[in-house]
Amino acid sequence: MSRTESKLSRRNFLKSSALAGGGLMISFSWLVSCNSKREEALGLPEEWFELNGFLKIGDNGLVTIMAPNPEFGQNVTTSLPMIIGEELDVDWNKVIVEQAKFNTDVFTRQFAGGSQSVRQGWVNGLREAGAAAKYMLKEAAAKQWGVSASDITTKEGVLSHVASGNSAGYGEMASLAVGIEIPETLELKKPSELTLVGTARKNVRGKDIVTGKPMFGIDYEEEGMLIAMIIHPPAFGMRLKSFDATTAKQMSGIKEVFTITSFPNDEPRGYFSTDAFTETVVVVGNTTWEVMQAKKAVRVEWEQSPATQITTAGFGGTQQVTVPAGLENSTDHYRLMQQMAARPGRIERRDGNPEAAFKKAAKVIERTYTAPFLAHNAMEPMNFFARVTDDMVHLAGPLQAPEFAEQAVANRLGVPLEKVDIKMTRMGGGFGRRAYDHYVVEAALISRHMKAPVKLVYTREDDMTNGIYRPSYHATYRAALDENNNLIAFHAKAGGIPESPLHANRFPAGAVENYLAESWQIDSNITVGAFRAPRSNFIAGAEQSFLDEVAEAAGKDPIEFRLELLKRARENPVGDRNDYEADRYAGVLELVREKSNWDQPEEGVSRGVSAYFCHNSYVAHVLDVEMEGGEPRVKKVTCAVDCGIVINPLAAANMVEGAVVDGIGHSLYSYLTFNNGATEQNNFNRYRMIRHSEAPETIDVHFVKNDIAPTGLGEPPFPPVFAAVANALYKATGKRHYNQPYMVQQQISLG
Amino acid sequence: MASFQLQINGENRAVNVDPNTPLLWVLRDHLSLKGTKYGCGIAQCGACTVHLNGTAVRSCSIPVSAIGNQPITTIEGLSENGDHSVQKAWVELDVAQCGYCQPGQMMSAAALLKANPNPTDEQIASSLNGNLCRCGTYLRIKQAVKKAATL
Ligand code: FES
Ligand code: FES
Repeated sequence: MSRTESKLSRRNFLKSSALAGGGLMISFSWLVSCNSKREEALGLPEEWFELNGFLKIGDNGLVTIMAPNPEFGQNVTTSLPMIIGEELDVDWNKVIVEQAKFNTDVFTRQFAGGSQSVRQGWVNGLREAGAAAKYMLKEAAAKQWGVSASDITTKEGVLSHVASGNSAGYGEMASLAVGIEIPETLELKKPSELTLVGTARKNVRGKDIVTGKPMFGIDYEEEGMLIAMIIHPPAFGMRLKSFDATTAKQMSGIKEVFTITSFPNDEPRGYFSTDAFTETVVVVGNTTWEVMQAKKAVRVEWEQSPATQITTAGFGGTQQVTVPAGLENSTDHYRLMQQMAARPGRIERRDGNPEAAFKKAAKVIERTYTAPFLAHNAMEPMNFFARVTDDMVHLAGPLQAPEFAEQAVANRLGVPLEKVDIKMTRMGGGFGRRAYDHYVVEAALISRHMKAPVKLVYTREDDMTNGIYRPSYHATYRAALDENNNLIAFHAKAGGIPESPLHANRFPAGAVENYLAESWQIDSNITVGAFRAPRSNFIAGAEQSFLDEVAEAAGKDPIEFRLELLKRARENPVGDRNDYEADRYAGVLELVREKSNWDQPEEGVSRGVSAYFCHNSYVAHVLDVEMEGGEPRVKKVTCAVDCGIVINPLAAANMVEGAVVDGIGHSLYSYLTFNNGATEQNNFNRYRMIRHSEAPETIDVHFVKNDIAPTGLGEPPFPPVFAAVANALYKATGKRHYNQPYMVQQQISLG
Repeated sequence: MASFQLQINGENRAVNVDPNTPLLWVLRDHLSLKGTKYGCGIAQCGACTVHLNGTAVRSCSIPVSAIGNQPITTIEGLSENGDHSVQKAWVELDVAQCGYCQPGQMMSAAALLKANPNPTDEQIASSLNGNLCRCGTYLRIKQAVKKAATL
C-alpha cells in the first residue's frame, strides 16, 4: 500500500452524503443497468446507503458507482467507475453504473476533452472515493466484530477477518458504515496490487446501445415539449437583415417564429461561447418534420456584416477580438497562407545558430504541408433541451463542458449559477464540437421566450454549416544535413487560419543543435474550435512526413533515424523546455518496429511509420499499404501506445482503432471549402467521410506495459495517423503527399 | 393530415400526420421509438435504417404514405429481449463507442445476414457502406457481423 493525502476533504464527502436524499430518489428505471440479468439474479436492494458522492451500497451487496464525467464514446462510463471500484474492492458483477448529475460541489472536472478524464480522475479523487468507502466498511466491520480494522481484508465485495473467522458482504455492513469519519490520509493500492484495473471489461451501456434505448440528447423528451430549429446566415460574414414568416406561421403545427441573440456583441463571452451567427431566426412547433418544413417557408434577407469587436474570456483573462468583415474563399485562403509563410514569422524558439548551420549545410531539404478546414460531424447533430421557468433553468443534453455552459447560460439569462441545472445525456460523438455552448444558450433563450419546454435540434445542414471548425493550416519545414548526413539544423514555420498549429517545444526540438520555430496566423470570420487533438492533428502529420523525407535524404531507416535523434535528446538534450520524454517516445517506436515486422519486408506491402506525443500519451503507428488494381489500399495498421497503466484494455484498444480509422479518413478524404463565405459542403453527400469499404482490414494495438500513472487515449492515437498514411503511400506509389486530404489535393490547395 | 395504420414491430400503430412525413420522424416524434436515429435526412449515413418488409431501408427518405401495410421493424423490435444474434455479437465484441450509429449498423447487418447468412468481408463492407460511423468502429462491426453469422 502507498499512502497518499486524501484529495477529497471530509467536508466534501459529508456534503455529498447530505445530497444523498436527492440521489436516493432517482427511480430505478433511470439507472440504465449494465446487465439486466445481474439485477434479476440479485434483485433490488431494500435500501441504498450512500457512503460518499461517488457510490452507494445496497443492503443486498449491489453497488452503484457514479460515472462522473460526460460520455461521448471514450467509454469513461465504464473506465472511471472501474477506478473507483478497484479501490473499493468490488465484485464488478454486482456494480451498477449511474451517470452522475452535473454537480461541481461533489465532482471535480466534469469535462470531456483534452484526453484528461482518466488522467485527472486517477490523481484527483476517484481512487480516494473508493478507498474512503472501503475504509468506512472496514471500520464498521471492526466495530461489529470487536477486532482491529487493520486485520480485516477485502476482496470482491466481501470483508474478512481471518483470525476470528468473521466475514460479511459489503451489503451487510453498509448501513453501519454510513457517517464513519474518514482520516486525512487514505491508503491507495500500488500498481502491483491492482486487480480490476487492467482487466478487459465490456461497456456497461452495451446492452442499452444495441437495443436502441433513448439515451442521447436528441432522444430526450418531457411532457408538453416543443421542437425548435434555428435559421442562421448562409455564409460567414453575413448577418440577419429581416425576415417574413407570414406563410411559415400558418403552417401545420407551427407555434411561433422569432429571433434570438445568443451572445450580444457588447457582453463578454465565455471561453467556449464561440458563435459566428449570434442573431438567428427561430421556428418553434410541435414536431421535427413540421418545423423543418416551416423553416424552408421563412423568407429571410441577409446582409454583409461589418467588422465587429467582441470580448472573449480566455484562460489568461479577457481579450478584445476584431472579427473581420468579408466573404472568404478557400482559394484565397491558400494563397494568403503561402504569402504569410514567405514572410518572417514570430519566433517561438531558437537554439544555437540555425542561420549559420543552414548556410554551411551539405544538403538542405524544404517542404510545405497544408490542410483544409474540417467539420466535426458528430453523428448526433447539435441539440439541447431547455425548460426555463421563473425559478429554474432546467437543461438536458449532450455536452462536453457543462461547467462552462452553466456559466454561459447563467450570464445570458441573468440568473445565479445555482438556478441552472444541467442533466448530462450520452453524446452521439463530440470530437471537441460539444465543448461549445451556443446551442445550450439558444435552447434556454427559446424556452424562456416560449414559456415551455423546448428541444432545439440542428439539421445536419445546420450543424455542418454553423462553424467552429478545425482550422486550415500550413507548415514549412527545413532541415540541414552535413556531409555525414547528420541533422545539424531544423526549422519549422507554421501558421493557419486563424491560429498557428506550432508546438515549438515538441520533438525534434531538443534533438537538434540548431533549431528555429516560427508562427504566424491570418484573421478570419470563420469560427474555429477544438477538434480531436487540436493543432497536433495537423502538425504531427507535417512533421512526421517531413522527418520521413529527411531520413530518406540522409540514407537512413526512418525508425532508426528517429531513434538516433531521441538518443541525442535523452543523453544530451538541447534546451530545457522539451515537451516529451525521449525514453517513452523511443519505447513506442521500438515496440511498433517489433510488432509490425518492420525489419522483415514483405512482397507487395509498403510500410509507413509515424510517432507522436501529445495529450500526455505516446503513440507510434506502422501502416501497411498494398496496391489493388492500381489503387493504394490500407491493409493493416500496427499501433504501439504508451498511456501508462491501461484501465480497460478492451475499451482502450477500441479507442485506438477508432482514432486510426478517423485519421485515415481525414487524411485521405475529408475537407470543407468556402465560396463567398459559404461552405461548399453541407451534408454527407458532399462532405466525404471514411466508410466501411475504406477501413483497413486489421488494426493491431499494443500497449507498453509500465506502472506509470494512466493518461488519456481519446486524442493521442489520432495525430500520428496522417503521416503514417503519407509515408506508406509514398512507399507504395513513389509520390509524396503534402496537402491533405491526399486523395483530392489539387482540387482545394490550388483552387 | 391523414391517418395511417402502420405495422411496426408486430403491432398495429395508428398515426395522424402529413402524408409526406418521413417514416423516421413518425417513429421518433409520434411513436416515441427513438432507437432509430437521425443523422443526415438524405439517405447518406444509414443512422435511420429500419426494415421494411425485411429489407434495410433509410427511414429518413421514405414518406409515411408510401408504406401501406408493409411490416416495419425497428431496433426496438429486432428481438424481444435484445438477444438477436447481431445484438449478442455487438455486445460480445464491445463494438460501440458513442453508439449513435449502431442501431442503423445493426439493422443493416441483420438484413444482410438474413439474405446472406455467411457474407464475405467484401459483402459486409458493401452492404454496410451506407452506414457511417464517425467514431470509426468499422472493424469491430465487421467482426461482429461475422460473429453473428455463427450464433
Ligand atoms: S438519416 Fe437517414 S440516411 Fe442519414
Ligand atoms: S459509434 Fe459513434 S458514430 Fe458509430
